[in-house]
Amino acid sequence: MASVSVIEAGRRVVGRPSRLRAWRGGLQGSEFTWAIAFCIPYVAVFLAFVVFPVAYGVWLGHEPRLYAELFSDPIYQQTVVNTLLYLAIGVNVKLFFALLLSGFFMRRGWWVKGLLMIFVLPWAVPALPTFISIHWMLNGQWGLINNVLWDLFHIDGPGWLDTSRWLALGCVIIAYIWKNMPFWTVILLAGRMAIPQELYEAAEVDGATGLRRFLHVSFPLLANLYVVCTLLSTIFTLGDFNTVYFVSGGGPALTTHVLATLGIRDAFEIAKPQLGVAAVMSALPLLIPLVLLLMRKLRTSEVQL
Amino acid sequence: MSAVLLESRRSAAAAAVPNYRRRRMLNEAAALALGAVLIVWTLVPIYSMVMVSLESHNNVFSSNIWPAHPSAYSYWVVITEGYWYLENFWHQFGNSLYIGAMTVFFTLAIGSLASFSISRMRIRHGWLLTNAALLTYVIPASFLAIPFYRIMQAYGLSNNLWSVIAAEVTFATPYAIFIFQQYGRSIPIELDEAARIDGATPLQVYFRIYLPMMAPALVAVGTYALLLAWNEYLYQFLLLSNTRSMTVPVALAQFLNSDESPWNYMMATAVVYAIPPVVIYYMVRGRMTAGLTMGGVKG
Repeated sequence: MASVSVIEAGRRVVGRPSRLRAWRGGLQGSEFTWAIAFCIPYVAVFLAFVVFPVAYGVWLGHEPRLYAELFSDPIYQQTVVNTLLYLAIGVNVKLFFALLLSGFFMRRGWWVKGLLMIFVLPWAVPALPTFISIHWMLNGQWGLINNVLWDLFHIDGPGWLDTSRWLALGCVIIAYIWKNMPFWTVILLAGRMAIPQELYEAAEVDGATGLRRFLHVSFPLLANLYVVCTLLSTIFTLGDFNTVYFVSGGGPALTTHVLATLGIRDAFEIAKPQLGVAAVMSALPLLIPLVLLLMRKLRTSEVQL
Repeated sequence: MSAVLLESRRSAAAAAVPNYRRRRMLNEAAALALGAVLIVWTLVPIYSMVMVSLESHNNVFSSNIWPAHPSAYSYWVVITEGYWYLENFWHQFGNSLYIGAMTVFFTLAIGSLASFSISRMRIRHGWLLTNAALLTYVIPASFLAIPFYRIMQAYGLSNNLWSVIAAEVTFATPYAIFIFQQYGRSIPIELDEAARIDGATPLQVYFRIYLPMMAPALVAVGTYALLLAWNEYLYQFLLLSNTRSMTVPVALAQFLNSDESPWNYMMATAVVYAIPPVVIYYMVRGRMTAGLTMGGVKG
């Protein structure tokens, strides 16, 4: 994903000789035509499939009465709370563990390398099969989890997805962490590998060991990358449809929807596309500041590595 | 915690405390324990999927934690299209492949042409295009699905594979432009200059110099686009509704609508569907830097 840029964000060198050009003195005549022609396919795609749908979406969701209807809907109110919890807990817990695990995977040894290969499996497998599998695992009657609980402890496990809103939401968040943690672990691992070994040696000479080494060497150097990861991951998670849709399906009784799934439900299950667009648009006050912050972070991040 | 473990392990070696050997063993044991936990955490959902696929229909609804009589019958059913939800399985598999291949081709073509123009020919206002790509990259695809669906309906492209290809290309191209520009910086501009002096046209520079030099980035982005198209669900579900135009993930999710829920067939389908991207992922992963290939799919 934005992995490269994220890592580059830490390393980018400003003021490289940027005015170097093969086409010195600007493009001339037919060259200019070529340059324009090379851009046309992308511009066409952007206009037809980004600008047009966005404008059409804004037009669909521009009526204020939609928002009045939306905000008075208890399902929508729950959905907003769910979305915020999903973002706040899911993204942060995932990234925190990813940060720790990236330290673990810095260990030397063949079995750690092998373990990393297995560990990235949730990321390599497409989302749909694994979420369907998790959905079935959490089945109260026949799911693997409750079967194991019964075999080991003779406990009757609850119906994970169909008894309580919080239980179901918790399961969704855990499924989300399971699926996405490997990716961010690898990103942070790459970030750690970019830290020069001499810094650690210097810190060791100065007597920094263990936790202090992490706090005073690793973390300050990773902090910027970590923030960029948090922003990017929050933006992606806001648009995450598959996890909620396949793990809990929004149930029990529509209490675990997030904005992305509620929008699709409103538009296609109860056939109110305008309401669906309005639900999605109501995420913009959160999305836009995140995007602006990310852009700024990516532009101004010159971490001294 | 693990990070701390790691740090303490290294420092133990340097500090040479008397009981350092014992501490190192404890440390190694803790690492192994953590490794075991990670393996269980990672593999349980995958194990569940494979287990159900190996069971017979009756045994799915039981309290087994391993298959009582493992058999590959479900896979046979999938391969021979022996169940009514699977009647068009190979056709749908072909649809997925077709969408994947077309997405790769158009993403690479559109992305590399645009990046060549922006960062090698330095077209004026090229930064606008870079920003457009960045903007597209941060728009969640699921947020755009409703207007996109209605526009495709208006164009009469419902149940047409090209509507899905358009969507996948739209969301893969920004990443392509991004990576091509990053990677392109490592290719000396003097190459282009030399070719120019020898009288090469822009098209020749693009084909003879730019594309060959960009090969690793092309492979990485191509893999990304292929996996994106193969794994994506929402757009394919909305845009393709009849069984002949469906792709595998849409057909897979259809099982969930059924009352009799043949979970074993469904999980076998899921495994068959998951194998190609996993194989591709591991094949490509080894050959390139982690950052470039860990692309994966935007939700």
